[in-house]
Amino acid sequence: MRQKKAKKIVFKSAEEMPLMICSVGDQTHNRTGAWRNIRPEIDLGKCIQCGICWKFCPEPSIDIVDEWPVIDYDYCKGCGICAEECPSKCIVMVEERK
Amino acid sequence: MKKVMMGNHALSFGAKLARSRVIAAYPITPQTQVVELLSEMCADGSLDAKFIKVESEHSAMAACIGASVAGARTFTATSAQGLALMHEMLHWAAGGRHPVVMGNINRSMAPGWSIWADQNDSLSERDTGWMQYYCASNQEVVDTVIQAFKVSEALMIPAMVILDAFALSHTYEVVDVPDQELVDRYLPPFKPAIKLTPDDPRAFGGLTGSEHYMELRYKLQKDMEKAPALIEETGREFAKAFGRHLGLLDAYRCDDAEFVFITSGTAGYTARAAVDDLRAAGVRAGNLRIKVFRPFPFAQVREALRNVKKAAVVDRNCSYGAHGIFYQEVKSAVYGEAGAPPILGYVAGLGGRDITVDSFKEVAAHAMSKERADEEIVWIGVKK
Amino acid sequence: MSTEAKKPKKMTLSIPPEELMACGHLACQGCGATMAMRYMLKALGQRTALCIPACCWAVIDGPYPYSSLDCPIYHCAFETAASTATGVKAGLDMVGDTETTVVAWAGDGGTFDIGLQALSGAAERNEDIIYVCYDNEAYMNTGIQRSSATPYGAWTTTTPVKHFKNRPKKDLVGIMAAHRIPYIATASVSHPEDLVKKMKKAKAISGTRFFHIYAPCPTGWKSRPEDTVKLARMAVQNAYFPLFEIEDGEKYTINLKLKDKKPVDDYIRIQGRFRHLKPEQIAAVQAEVDARWARLLKLAA
Repeated sequence: MRQKKAKKIVFKSAEEMPLMICSVGDQTHNRTGAWRNIRPEIDLGKCIQCGICWKFCPEPSIDIVDEWPVIDYDYCKGCGICAEECPSKCIVMVEERK
Repeated sequence: MKKVMMGNHALSFGAKLARSRVIAAYPITPQTQVVELLSEMCADGSLDAKFIKVESEHSAMAACIGASVAGARTFTATSAQGLALMHEMLHWAAGGRHPVVMGNINRSMAPGWSIWADQNDSLSERDTGWMQYYCASNQEVVDTVIQAFKVSEALMIPAMVILDAFALSHTYEVVDVPDQELVDRYLPPFKPAIKLTPDDPRAFGGLTGSEHYMELRYKLQKDMEKAPALIEETGREFAKAFGRHLGLLDAYRCDDAEFVFITSGTAGYTARAAVDDLRAAGVRAGNLRIKVFRPFPFAQVREALRNVKKAAVVDRNCSYGAHGIFYQEVKSAVYGEAGAPPILGYVAGLGGRDITVDSFKEVAAHAMSKERADEEIVWIGVKK
Repeated sequence: MSTEAKKPKKMTLSIPPEELMACGHLACQGCGATMAMRYMLKALGQRTALCIPACCWAVIDGPYPYSSLDCPIYHCAFETAASTATGVKAGLDMVGDTETTVVAWAGDGGTFDIGLQALSGAAERNEDIIYVCYDNEAYMNTGIQRSSATPYGAWTTTTPVKHFKNRPKKDLVGIMAAHRIPYIATASVSHPEDLVKKMKKAKAISGTRFFHIYAPCPTGWKSRPEDTVKLARMAVQNAYFPLFEIEDGEKYTINLKLKDKKPVDDYIRIQGRFRHLKPEQIAAVQAEVDARWARLLKLAA
């Protein structure tokens, strides 16, 4: 679902809005990566591919691509749970440069 | 098939004939027989519906809303304190566009505890976005429930079918029970365009910012404005199928009337007897019973009063600090009309006090003694 | 990064890979409630209908006209999670959908306080719904006010330090057990495998099923966002929030036996909401936790 990266929805008139108050799109238009002050960086050289970072990500903005964790910085809010929980300590939080 | 039944059972039969699929209700005097009969119908299989015996009216309406958004035709019934407890959920049903139909037995609000009729319970809910039908006979109750579902589902707006405590709820009358097959033809199954289903996953009623909220309420008002014409149209269709017309107004001897009572609920039938007596005494009187209060039939009321010289609105309710509530609406309907008649306001029958033929004669005598309307509300039958 | 240099091994994921929660949601950094939702949906799958009252999740899901979940949601009134879910289940049944799992998903305020009557009603009728209370121990969405789930000793904006909450947390699981519903479980975001397993078990049971999920809130607990899982884990390991299930209101099973039950001190000290507590007050917390644990051991014996 995350891969959709939906666009913002703009209704030009009341007519365009469904009669019932209901969603017509998903939240992926909202790039929460902008909230981040610190960013996680994974040293795959030290990664033991346990999947714990993926498991505990509350966004979830860590994907498993070809058996490796990959962070989607468009959405990662920089909470740091992945770095805290990583058993091999291969994730470090570094200051975000804007 | 003709049957003698009480008003409460007329609501149950209406809900059954409409093939309600989910009923969620909580008992309250004087509504209890509505749900007792419906639970019997569900238990013996004559009605294929789920009856949820909830722990409060608030939960009753919440469950109705849930069932309705899932695509089921949904009915409930309540009265007074129960309706007031539902208040939050009434906004929810209308704002969310869930066409629940509900019977409400007009009962006075406590304190003091009263189980007797007046309209302050339902009229306190006038701004929630529900349609409100006020009935005067058990036949009208059965018929109106069926029509209300048709109109509500077309517009996705909930409706209350309202009857006076005891004067109708517990009064037995002959009812011509509509034939199920004809009802099925008149009222096809509920098939909403959007509903809650994993096949089309949507979030309903989420956090709505100021850039969207107003448009959503504008749509509700625009659809409500379509209701008067739709009620007339489905009323004519009903007449074709069942021989009884259902409209916005019930005009009795109004054609050449110079003086009309404006009434609602069962008082509207009592007024007819007063009209006959007044006519016998040489007064060209009539009675205009307002059947639909929301949407208010402004144009139709204006038209009905075109050639009238004076009108007296008899309200079984009071908006304390203002006037009788129907009175305010009727006045606003004719406001600014050239040659609009003076409209006088009367409050009668609160807490179940009888509104008799003599009450109407007292209203007529007072109204005729007045040259023009003033701001005073006249209380009928009160010991001052 | 040198992924090519290292030969990838096949990863084994301990919870289902299917994601029904999308990114872009509005949860705070390190939100436990969000993790709870993600795990629950992994267990229940897409054919799940949610009723969400006023709570953090009413905001997290995203504003109109968006949603973060790939499941239908009804945003219902604060006190109506259980009653709305009851109606949704009845409605779906009557239109022929008997397969969809209906879930009421409420916070602690919507469960312990304002929604308790509707929950009790639904449980007494044994409505065929799963009710989940994700517990962050205060009204967080409105800005951290105390609820009856707020524990002894905690600061909130309505229990300021000088008058911190001096009553214990309401024993909601005990109340639910008294309803004799078929299934009750506690779960924690620190133990997603256990959460998923019990949620799958619950899905296969019919009748009212109740979950109490511990969901730390960095914003309201004044804890570091990265400590959410750590805090939840500590609460399990020190028996502050033990993991257990109750079948038919009677059969208690402790899911995680504590051979080496930790003291509550470390758990208390890393949360700003407990910063003011003096040693004797922490001892009171410890005594309460010990008493509850002893009682649970007895019930599960």
